[in-house]
Order: sequence, then structure tokens, then C-alpha cells
Amino acid sequence: MREQRRRIGLRAGLLGLVAALAVVAAGCGGDDGEGSGAIEGLGGSIEEIQEMARDEGQVNLVIWSGYADKSWADTFTQQTGCTVNTKNGASSDDMIDLLATGEYDGVSASGNASVRLMERGDVAPVDTELIPNYADVQEGIKNQFYNSRDGEPYGVPHGRGPNLLVFRTDVVPEETNSWNVIWDASGPYNGKLSIYDDSIFIADAAVYLKATQPDLGIEDPYQLTQEQFDASVALLKEQAPNVGEYWPGDVAKQVQSFKSGDSVVGTTWPYQVNLLTADKVPVKAVKPKEGTTGWSDTWMIYSEAANPNCMYLWMNYIISPEAQAKVAEFFGEAPVNTKACELTENSSHCSDYHAEDEAWWNDVYYWTTPTGDCGGTEDDGTCVTQEDWKAAWTEIRG
Amino acid sequence: MSTVDPELASPVEAGLARRFSTFLHRHPRLRLAGLLAGPVGWLVIAYLGSLFILLLSSLWRTNPFTAEVVHEWTLDNFRNLFERDVFRNVTWRTVKMAGLVTLADAVLAFPIAYYMARVASRRTRNILVVAVLMPLWASYLVKAYAWRTMLANGGVLDWALGPFGIDFPGFSSVGLWLVFTYLWLPFMILPVYAGLERLPSSLLEASADLGAKSFRTFLRVTLPLVFPAVVAGSIFTFSLTLGDYIAPGLITSEQYIGTVIYSIRGQALPAAAAFTFVPITIMLVYLLIARRLRAFEAL
Repeated sequence: MREQRRRIGLRAGLLGLVAALAVVAAGCGGDDGEGSGAIEGLGGSIEEIQEMARDEGQVNLVIWSGYADKSWADTFTQQTGCTVNTKNGASSDDMIDLLATGEYDGVSASGNASVRLMERGDVAPVDTELIPNYADVQEGIKNQFYNSRDGEPYGVPHGRGPNLLVFRTDVVPEETNSWNVIWDASGPYNGKLSIYDDSIFIADAAVYLKATQPDLGIEDPYQLTQEQFDASVALLKEQAPNVGEYWPGDVAKQVQSFKSGDSVVGTTWPYQVNLLTADKVPVKAVKPKEGTTGWSDTWMIYSEAANPNCMYLWMNYIISPEAQAKVAEFFGEAPVNTKACELTENSSHCSDYHAEDEAWWNDVYYWTTPTGDCGGTEDDGTCVTQEDWKAAWTEIRG
Repeated sequence: MSTVDPELASPVEAGLARRFSTFLHRHPRLRLAGLLAGPVGWLVIAYLGSLFILLLSSLWRTNPFTAEVVHEWTLDNFRNLFERDVFRNVTWRTVKMAGLVTLADAVLAFPIAYYMARVASRRTRNILVVAVLMPLWASYLVKAYAWRTMLANGGVLDWALGPFGIDFPGFSSVGLWLVFTYLWLPFMILPVYAGLERLPSSLLEASADLGAKSFRTFLRVTLPLVFPAVVAGSIFTFSLTLGDYIAPGLITSEQYIGTVIYSIRGQALPAAAAFTFVPITIMLVYLLIARRLRAFEAL
């Protein structure tokens, strides 16, 4: 009896193995589809898109926290009949993964995601004829390497901003204006640093080294030679024991830590500064003298979007002056449609956030993907790749 | 007789049904297969199948630029596990934490379970069982976030320990150890309680009759008999700590096995899959030892 039972078990096991193999084989065969440009199911004219969007009734977005707040998403729903469903991405890597699930229609991609998304074929080029507001977008932000390919725009710009140095003014002197408060090995705030938890933060070390160690010859903080990369990683490893908290894109976590005083200085997005200020926490945020990293984001459409018409309407809506005014103020970034500047509640928002002051952005290095050929300027193998950045980040965290 | 012969009601149908049941009666193996096909199939395909896919994924590589999985066989992911210190450090840190949490839970659970099983009245016992189970009804996330608030600067712990001049390092491995010990305690109490309840009173009485003092009885009779139950409970506390990634992410800036897998899963899926085999292997070894210690009979 025992022997028999064992044999049945063995047979069932083998059967299961075969079945599992079949599942795997089926899974491997399916993903050869390259984004070929035209999106299935998209209307041919603006009227047709509006018509078809009513049938779709929804749009599913992967966003940076705070990019589709009710205060403007609801207006969109009223105008178009498309309900806005959102999923926050914690990092650019996270957003790429989310979009690849095929469950979403679009994404607000930063440069380090958008370049890879275009390469992967996960996003499609857009027909700007069908996005009337595109004409109002600042020319300087159109057709950049992070939002277009071979002269074809992939999506619409959303807004741009810097990663800031934030600190509690009751602990850190008000006039602080240098990143050395987070990089100094014997800094007075060590143990209470709040650091963004993603490999892209290696670029922040590179920005600091670019200013403080010119011998390294760092030009672009995202395209680093092995020597420059090693120096940045060494700096980060030195910093790691002093970090009180790494925040993995989890806005609420960082806000709570600054509120309780567990963190007193760190890197942040303007969004958290807005939230903390609204909570009456004494914080100040600055772009330090060494310059900083930042982002210039793009709304992109998934190449096999289930609701392409709603997504097109969303892309058109989000760059309208009304929506841009709300988005820019809510998140704390510069709008890309300067017609928004007359509509912001704080009438000086655009000048506060340097929307039209190009010189101010010179030392803001927008997130992009590190590549072996240094962003196309050198031979392959000169620079350290994204894969190595990711591996190094695990090591830095220890 | 009032029962109607089914064969009279519908001769053809009944004939088929009877023949089928006779057929099954004669072929017990087929009967068994039919019964178990559903649940076993689910176990094999959904559970072992996904483990198998995990193993396959760990043998692939990724495109260094786009991070897409490339279906080319390689052992690099496993080689990295051995060659890069960080994986060893993280594994050791996690195992250490799991061991300490298990130890703390065992020490805490034993007296509670002992009281419940052998001292308390029936009524008190029922109340205590409910009290032990109650935290399991609350969401894990709520409990983890609640602990985050308590451990934060100016939180309950600071307030309670401050007057004694103790500056408790809230967001640290000590804090995480506290959180884990709290979270998994019921999983230890319940098996130990069941083990103690099964313990025959006659053995304890016999020990007393033979002149053993209560401490000696505890050491020589109670503990050896209940030990398998403690090991059974430790399977839960140990494995749950080994795989958790939410509490470490909320409470400390240190990396644990779960947080590393979580953070690299997207851009280095094969490497994450390979690392998954570390806790799986540890748990397999742990279960083998637990079986030796007769823990499975105490479950």
C-alpha cells in the first residue's frame, strides 16, 4: 500500500512538471510584439476620439505620486467621460515594470524611464495633430532625446523640476546652501539623513563630485566612466551608515519622518515640501550651489493601450493651461505650457519655479538612463551601464 | 416498502450510473485520482509550477540597457550570490534576525501558553485564546505602520523610556526585532498551547509521586514533551521573518533578504529569482531539522 501510494505521488509529480513546463513555454512565446507606431482602436480625428472615449469610459495611468490629483482629474472625467484610475510608481524602474504588465494605458515617465520605454517598444509615438494643446508647449522642451525618437515625439511633456535639499529650519541653519550637509563624513546631522532609495541617486553623488573634485572630470552625472563611477559609489558607501532613512518613492514615509524629527535633512521632491509646509513643519528646500539632479517628465501612451482614446484626451488635457496651472502648483514644478502662468493661484508661481528662466536650469541634470556608450557620445563600453548602477545600489545599501 | 426502485423510475439512466459506480468501485486508483485531481493539480501547477518558473528565471540574464529579460542560459546570477559580499551579509543579517525573533517569541510564548493550557479556568482560557488570535484579525500593514509611529522620534517608546534617560533607537534593527517579535507571537503561542494541552496530567503527577520538585518536573518532563511544539511554532516565526520585506522597509534602513529581492525584482528579475533560492534552501534545511525533532507531529 505504501509503495503504491508513493508511485502515485511520483506520477502526479511528473505530470505536474510537464504541465508547468507547458505553462512556461506558453509564456515565453508571446512577447515578440514591437511597438510599430499606429495604435489599434484610436480614432482618426479629434471628434472621433472624443466619441470613442465615451465608450472606453476610463483611463489607467502609472504616475508619480501627486500627478493626477482629484482637483484636476475630476474635471477631466466631467469633460470626457473617462474615469481616471491611477497607480503610483515608486521609481522609474518601478514604472517600467508596471507599464510592462499591460494593465495601463499610459505613464508619466521621467527621462531614465522614457528612454528605456522607447527602446523596449512599450510606448508608441504620438500624432500631435490629434493633441491640439501640444502647440502651446515650450519649444525648448519638445523633441528632446528623452521624449522623441528619430524626430517623432513620443508623448507630451508634463513639467520639470529639481530634486531639492530639504532641511528642518529648527535644526539646520537657514542659510544652508550646499550638499555637503549630507555628504560630510562627520556632519552634525548624520544618522538623521533622508535619502531617495534608488540607483539613480548615484547621480546625486556625481553632481557633488563634479563640483568638489574637478580632477575626476565628470561632465554628465549619468554617463560616468568606471573611475568616476567608483568615486561616486565610494562616497555613497561612506554616507550609508549616516542615513536615518531611505525613502523608496514613498512620499508619506518621508513626510512622517520629517514631521517627527527622525529625519532633519535630505533629498526631496517639491511635492513633499508642499505637504510639509501645509502641515506647518518648519522646513526649507533649496537648490544647492553645486547644482542638482531633476526631471523633465513625459506622458507616454502604452503601445497596446486598451483605452487609447481616453489616453489621447488625457495627454491633451494635462497640457492645457488650466490643468498645467493646477499640476504645477500642486506638485511644485514648472509648467511646460506657459499659458498656465496666468492661471496659477499664486500669481508668481512661474517665476518662483523658473518656468521661463532657462539659465536657472543649466545646473539641473534631468534624470536619464546610463548607457555603455555614454548617451551615444563615446564607444560602447566607455561608460557604466544601468545594470551596473542597479547592482552597485544594492551594495551601497549593504 | 415505500422506497421506489430507481431502476424502475428511469431504467437507462440508473443503469449507467450504477455501472459507473461499479466501475469506480473496481478501480480504486482511478477513484482516488478523480478525487484528488483538483486539489493536487492546483498544488502542483500553481505552487510547484511557479517554483519551477522561478528556477528557470534565475538562469536567464537581462539586457543591460533596457533590463528586459533575455532568454539565454547563464549561472552568473548564482555565481554573484557567492562572489558578492552584499548577498552574504544580507543573508546572515536576516538569519540572525529570524533566529533572535524566534528565540524571543519562544520565551514569551511559553509562560502564556502554559498559563492558558494548565492553570487558567475554562472561561479565562477562552478569553485568552481570543485575545491571542485578535491581533491576527487586524491587517498586517496597520500593525506595521502603528509600530512605526510608536518607534518614531517622540513616539510612545520615547515617551515611556525618556524619563529613565534611555534614548531608544527606534528605527533600528532593535526596533525591527521588537516589531517582528510582536507580529509573529500568536504563531508561536498556538502550537505551544496545543502541545501543553495534550500533555497528560498523569505524567506530571507520576513525576511528583516519584519525588521530583516542580522545577525538576518542568525540566525533565514538561519541556522535553512540549519541545516539538515549540519547534513547530518556530517554523512559522522563522520563515515569516526570513521572507518579510514590508516591516524592514518601514522600520530600518538596513537591507534584508526580502527587501533586496523586492528592490531588484524589476530591473534584475533573474538575479532576484536566484536570491530567492537562498531563503528556500534555508527553510528546507530548517524543515528537515524540525522533522528530526518531531515537530511535524506537534503541528
